[in-house]
Order: sequence, then structure tokens, then C-alpha cells
Amino acid sequence: MEILKYAIYRFGTMLLTLLVVSALVFFIINLPPGDYLSNQIAELRATGQSAGVAKAEFLRQEYALDRPIWEQYLIWVGFWPGPQGFYGLIQGNFGWSFEFDRPVAEIVGDTLWLTVLVNLAAVLFVYAVALPLGVLAAARSRTWVDYTSAFVGYLGLATPNFLLALILFYYGHRWFDLPIGGLMDPAFEGEPMTWAKVKSILLHLIVPTFVIGTSGAAAMMQRLRANLLDELGKPYVETAIAKGMSPPRMLTKYPLRMAFNPFVADIGNLLPAMISGSVLVSVVLGLQTIGPTLLTALKTQDQFLAGFVLMFVALLTLLGTMISDVLLVLLDPRIRYKGRGG
Amino acid sequence: MTPLLTVNDLSIGFGANPPAVRGVSFAVNPGETLALVGESGSGKTVTCRTILRILPRSARFLSGQIALNLPDRQIDLTALGERAMRRVRGNLVSMIFQEPMRSLSPLHRIGNQVSEALCLHRSDGQRTPRRVAQVRVLETFARVGFPDPDRAYQAYPFELSGGMRQRAMIAMAMVTRPALLIADEPTTALDVTTQAQVLGLMKDLQRETGMAMIIVTHDLGVVANMAERVVVMHKGRVMESGPARDVLGTPGHAYTRQLFNAAPAIPAQTQAALPPANTDPILELKSVSKTYAVRGRNGWAPRTIVQACRGIDLSVQRGKTLAIVGESGSGKTTAARIALGAEVPDEGGEVLFHGPGGAAPLPVHLLDGPARVAFRRQAQMVFQDPYSSLSPRMRIIDALCEPLDIHGIGTPAERRDKAAEMLAQVGLGRDMMYRYPHAFSGGQRQRLSVARALMLDPSLLVCDEPTSALDVSVQDQILTLLEDIRDRMTLSYLFISHDLAVVARIADEVAVMRQGLVVEQATPDTLFHAPRHPYTRALIAAQPTPDISRPIDLSVVAQGAGSPQAWPEEFRFDAAGAPALTQVGDGHLVRAHV
Repeated sequence: MEILKYAIYRFGTMLLTLLVVSALVFFIINLPPGDYLSNQIAELRATGQSAGVAKAEFLRQEYALDRPIWEQYLIWVGFWPGPQGFYGLIQGNFGWSFEFDRPVAEIVGDTLWLTVLVNLAAVLFVYAVALPLGVLAAARSRTWVDYTSAFVGYLGLATPNFLLALILFYYGHRWFDLPIGGLMDPAFEGEPMTWAKVKSILLHLIVPTFVIGTSGAAAMMQRLRANLLDELGKPYVETAIAKGMSPPRMLTKYPLRMAFNPFVADIGNLLPAMISGSVLVSVVLGLQTIGPTLLTALKTQDQFLAGFVLMFVALLTLLGTMISDVLLVLLDPRIRYKGRGG
Repeated sequence: MTPLLTVNDLSIGFGANPPAVRGVSFAVNPGETLALVGESGSGKTVTCRTILRILPRSARFLSGQIALNLPDRQIDLTALGERAMRRVRGNLVSMIFQEPMRSLSPLHRIGNQVSEALCLHRSDGQRTPRRVAQVRVLETFARVGFPDPDRAYQAYPFELSGGMRQRAMIAMAMVTRPALLIADEPTTALDVTTQAQVLGLMKDLQRETGMAMIIVTHDLGVVANMAERVVVMHKGRVMESGPARDVLGTPGHAYTRQLFNAAPAIPAQTQAALPPANTDPILELKSVSKTYAVRGRNGWAPRTIVQACRGIDLSVQRGKTLAIVGESGSGKTTAARIALGAEVPDEGGEVLFHGPGGAAPLPVHLLDGPARVAFRRQAQMVFQDPYSSLSPRMRIIDALCEPLDIHGIGTPAERRDKAAEMLAQVGLGRDMMYRYPHAFSGGQRQRLSVARALMLDPSLLVCDEPTSALDVSVQDQILTLLEDIRDRMTLSYLFISHDLAVVARIADEVAVMRQGLVVEQATPDTLFHAPRHPYTRALIAAQPTPDISRPIDLSVVAQGAGSPQAWPEEFRFDAAGAPALTQVGDGHLVRAHV
């Protein structure tokens, strides 16, 4: 029950943080002078297309861009009645993209889920690789196992992601007949989910997951190794050996549990690093993730689109930290019972 | 009688260094306790760990045989494979370690960790079922003195006090009914009254189960209370061994005699003595209290109030030593911090410092900013742990000159001369100035800490357990040094300690603290001659003395060290109120209704 209370409390603070983030995001996007429409109007005026100007003026009013900035913000979030009444983010209206001349929801729709999918796969990859390798490197520290894994790890850290992507594409296609680019066969785009489509997506995911996850896995592995080595020197390890435990059982029950905390706490940091770090990879690999969209939107001052994408990334980050916080409380009784005794 | 364990000509080395253990031999009979005594670096810990082969990876086994003779079979521990060794560990031979907090995993429940010892080992070829294991563990918990075994089973280590954690460790070692228990400094990290109770428990358990014990310790008092046989080790070799009565009664080897002379002890025969006249105080604490508000578990829980110090009135006389004695959590360190102006007392408390030359007293509790920095020229501190109180990245000369640097005193050449002078004062050579701390032993480091404290020519030194991290012979040297420079440089000491034997030697007046209150105050002689307060009596009784004819009286310890509610009526106190500190003799104060 205690844990549920804590989860609710953390959820509450997460919502508050999200509110602060939304304000920051909105004002920072609006810091450069002008907006998409006023830029467009100026351009239309200069080229003498007055019909376009009228449409742009209409849009300016329609999206309340003529109002003061704080009012714009409140309308965007949905706390203030705009031209359509209370209709903002919290009411499910993600705004209009001027650049693409379509609702934001329509543009990002599919890419949102693909982004989540790619990054989730990458996070799982990071953990699946870092956990066994890190433990192995610590358990066999200062042997060839340790040195080899460290070497491979640093190679992974040092290779630029886009380069790795290109290399993998070439050899993946040549040797394993892996598909090149995109997140699914073009034939399935816009089609309803079918078994074949899922299969195609999974097949396309292999290379991106590997590319995005490698450096994270290498860093995580080294961290886990260092933490575990610290723990292996602690007296409770000696106690466990003196009890007659076998090394693998002892290792997994005691020091690994202790070394797990930073491992879990990293979930929150991993997500945003991957999303912003994978923009270049997405461009190179032609992935339909949210990264490239964000880049375009920021360049053209397409404020509603950029704002929504940033909010989405923030939400993922906050969800990640919340999950890791709750997991930590579950994992570590010292956090759970702090202040109760001793 | 065939000995249970024989160790023959054991030698262990580390890397290319000369062997840490050289040709050690001893035997332990069934049901008997053997003490391995020695100072740090003597090889006693390496020796006892070799029996279970729990050694660092760099250790090299050079020679020797270790044999375990059970009634039904004989096991050669040196020839045993790793898998067979695991069946010995925790089953036939168990081990207890020094630090009960760090020796238990903080993330697993006590019951889980203890019952694991049972579940790991098969009895009669059958794995112990979890249910059976739990019953056995609960029985053992009750036996080692947990008031509520079920609760302890569910508890995490950080929910228990140090003494209770060590009881859990003992339960873990005992639950498999081993033939031999190895205890590596089992009570060194515990308070003295807790130590007495844990030692008593180990003895009782031994009597009941008939197991043999090896106790590794540096404390001859513990040896006298526990062991039938003694092995004295020094630099990896056995110096002397034999029955405890002989070794402790008439030590044959010069090194053993040296250990004896260095071991501080509460004098057996004392007379009441008068305290120093309260005429020329250098530091006065007047009704000093300190309460801390500890934050609750989460944002909603109320804060809990901890009273670290309650109405302390003490004064340090010029040129004398006032000792504050108490166990962990008694508030003695908080009092010392307040005396130095590192902490501000609660409203109403006063700390007055009387500088030399009869100047007006300095209100330390009101100082701030530059005034407090200036005050620190007159009052300095010597810390407990000489290993962590010197920066490993600073040369000795830099560490010594830093105080002068901060206060802007002297030119670099003058500072260097001063450093050399102070090194000479503490018995170190001028040529040591350009070395780094790692080049020095624990005792030398503590000398350096004293030298650093003396650099500003202070008139008051606050010593916070300055000898408790040191070996007995080194402890003796440091105490001699402190006495020497006190008289030579007319210093005054506020001496914080948990060790009555150390205090007996150096202090002119002693204040005993318990739960933030001074419960008794007198000169050491009066205190040991006629202690009035049950807690003081417990502290004195719990102090192990290296004399077989003076064993610890556990009933006195148990009563005085228990909660204040268990004391006789006239001494009782609680958070709400306490009896006043009452004069019962010349300069002898006791907190009691008289």
C-alpha cells in the first residue's frame, strides 16, 4: 500500500514538472522574434500576393497568434478559452502545423508509436547487452574476458553512430539480406496491422536498435562493472562466501542487487539521450521517427509542431524517471523504510 | 585428546613481498577457545582466513597443513577442492566478522540471510526445507537474545542496532551447529557494554553446543575473558603460545610483556580524589542543549525531535584535561562540536572561552564569520581516524602549513621552520616534511595530526577519540605524547572517548554521558573507586581487563546499560524530565534523586 501511495505522489510531482516544462518549452520556442505566419505574411507582401496574406491573417487570428504570449501559452495548454473555446493540449488538440498545413496529430500520429518502439527496443538492447557483459567483466576482472569486453565496449562508444549505421546496412544487406532504410516495407505504410506488417517492422528494427543502443550499452556496461567491482570488495561478500555459497549464486544474490541501483536509475536518463541522439541516425537510416520532424519544425519556427514534439519527449523522460524511482523503492528497502529506524 | 583443528607450519605471502605469515602452528581442542592476539600487520587475520581459504586473490599459499579432525573423519583443508571447501564453510566451520553492519547485506531481510546458511548445506544428504529452516532460525534468534524473533526475521539490518546486528551474525554462524567458530575481532566495532554482552553470549553458546572457537583480537582484556589458550603473533610469526593462565599471568616473551604494559587498564585499587579547583577555567559550557529535527519519511510525516545534548554544564580548567565518556549516541561528539563553535547550541546555552592573560571571556556561541575563524587559532581539534583526516594528495609540509596560510601568519620560510619545530615536538624528523601521508604508519599519522593542530599555538585541544583507531602499543605512545605536550606547552584538553581505561590515564576530571545527559561527574580516581550511577558501574564492569581473575560481571553491565527506565527508581529519567545533577561528595556529581 505504501508503494501505491508513493507511486501516486510521484505521479503528482510528474504532472507538476510537466506543467513547468510546457511553459519553458513554449517560451523558449517563442524567444526568436517573429513566428511562422508573420514570416510568411512578410514574404507574401514582398511578392505582392494579397490573397495569401488574407488567409495568413485569418490563420493568425484562428490560432490566437495575435494575442499576448502568456495568453497564447494558456490557450495552447488549454487553460484559457481560445477562438474555439477551451481546446488545447489537455483537451486533446495538439495544434496545427503551418509548415505541413495539416493538424499536428495527423503528422506525428504514426511516428510517435514508431519512436516509442525504436527507443524501447534500444533500451531493452542496452540492458540485455550491458547486464551480462558487465557482470562477466566484473567477475573476471583483469583477465582477457574483461579486457576484450572493455575493448569492444570502447569501440562501440567511439564509433560515430551514423557511420556504424552505414556499415551495418551494407553488410547486413549483403550477408543477412536485411532490409535497408525505413521502419517497414513501403507496401505496409498506412495499412492496418497485420502479422506480415509486424514481421516487417521487427526485421527493419534490427539495425536501428543496434546502432542506437551500442554506445549506451558500452557506457552502461562499464558503469555496472565499476559498481560491481566496488561491491565485490565489501565485507558482506566475504560473509556470503564464508557461508559456503558458490560464486555465481553469491554474485547474483548480493553484489549484483547492490550494483543494480544505478543501473535502474539510468532508465530515466537513457530515454531523452536516445531520442535526441538518434536524430542523425534517423535521418541517415530514413526512420520514420519523431527526430527528423522535430528538426524541421525547429528550423522553420513551426511552433505548435515543435512544442508538441518537445512535450512528448519530456513526457517520455518523466515517465522513465518515474518508473525508475518506483522500481528503486521496490528494490531497495533502505529507501522504503528511511526514517523508520537505525 | 585429538585436537579439532591443527595448523602446522603455515606460511602465506602476498605477491613478491616477504611472507605475511611465517611458519605458524597451533592446535584447537574441541570445546576450547583459542585467541590469536596481535597488532595490525601481525598476520592474525590472514591466518584465520586461510583456514576457510577466504583470502584476497593476490595471496600465495607457500607452505603448511591445516587439518580438521571430526569424530568420524579427518579433513585436510589445504588439499580440499573448491566445491568440497564450500561444504565446510558455514557448515563445519563458521565465521563472524568485525563490522556487523557492513557484513550483512543491507538489501535482504535478516531471516533470509540467516536461513540461507541452513538451506545451503544438506544435513544427512537432505536439503533443509525452507519451513524447517525457518523454525530453526527462529529458535536460534531466541537463543542469541532477540526479544521478538519473528520481528527480527522480517527486519532489515539497518533497522537493528550494532549489537543486535552482531547477534544476527552470531545466529547465522551458529544455526548450522558448526564444530568450530572463527570470530575475527567480533566486538571491536561495538560499544563496551554491548561488547561485554556479546562476549557473554558467545561463551554461553559455546558451553551449550560444545563447539570450539578461535577469537582473533588485539585486546588482551577480551582474551582474558574468553580464551583457554593464547597465541601471540607479531610480524607473521608466533611469539608465544600456551594456556591463557600462563601467557597472561607470567608472559615469557618480551613482546607479550610489551603488549601488557601498553594495554590501558582501569586501576584495580583506587582512592577518592579531589577534582581540580574551579578557579581558572579556559572553557565553560553553561546549560548547553542541542536538539535536531529529523525529517520524516516523506513530506507529510511529522519531524521527530532528537535531543543530542540536554543542559550540559562543564568546564575545562587551564592546563588540565576534562574527559567526556559515553557510548555512541550519547551526545559526546555534539558537545565537543559545540565547544569548538562548529555547532550553535539551542537558545539559552552559553559557551565561554577564557583566553590567556585574563581577557574578557569570549562568547563562542555568538561568534560568526571572521570572529569564529579568529577563535579557531586558540582551539584546535585532533580527529579519530588518522587515515582519513590527512589529505593523501598533500605533502606533510603543505598540510602543516595550511593553517598558517589560512590565518595569514608568517613568511613561507617561517612557516617551514614552525612546521619543523612542531614535527620535533611530536617526535618526528624534519626530513619527513616532504613526504606524503601514505608513507607513514597509523601512529605516525596521528602524530602528524597533533602537529597540525599545534601549528597555530592553540591553548585548547579538542581530542575526539584520538587513539581508538590505533594499536595498543601505538595508543600508549600517543597518550604519552599528549600528556607530554600538555605539560610542556601548557595546553588544556577536552578529551572525548568511549574507553574508560584511556580516560583513567589521561583525564583530571571525567563526565559520563548517556542519552544527551551528564549522569555522573568526578575525578577518575573517585569514579573508579566509588561509582554511584548504574550506567557508570556498567561501563566500568564492561571494560575487559587483561587479568583472568577479574572477569566481566554481566549482571552489572546488563542493568546499567539497559534503558534508563530499568534503573533503580532514584536514577530514572525520560525525554520529559530527569533528576538534577546532585553533589554526593567532594566534586562528585550524580544525576539522581538523593
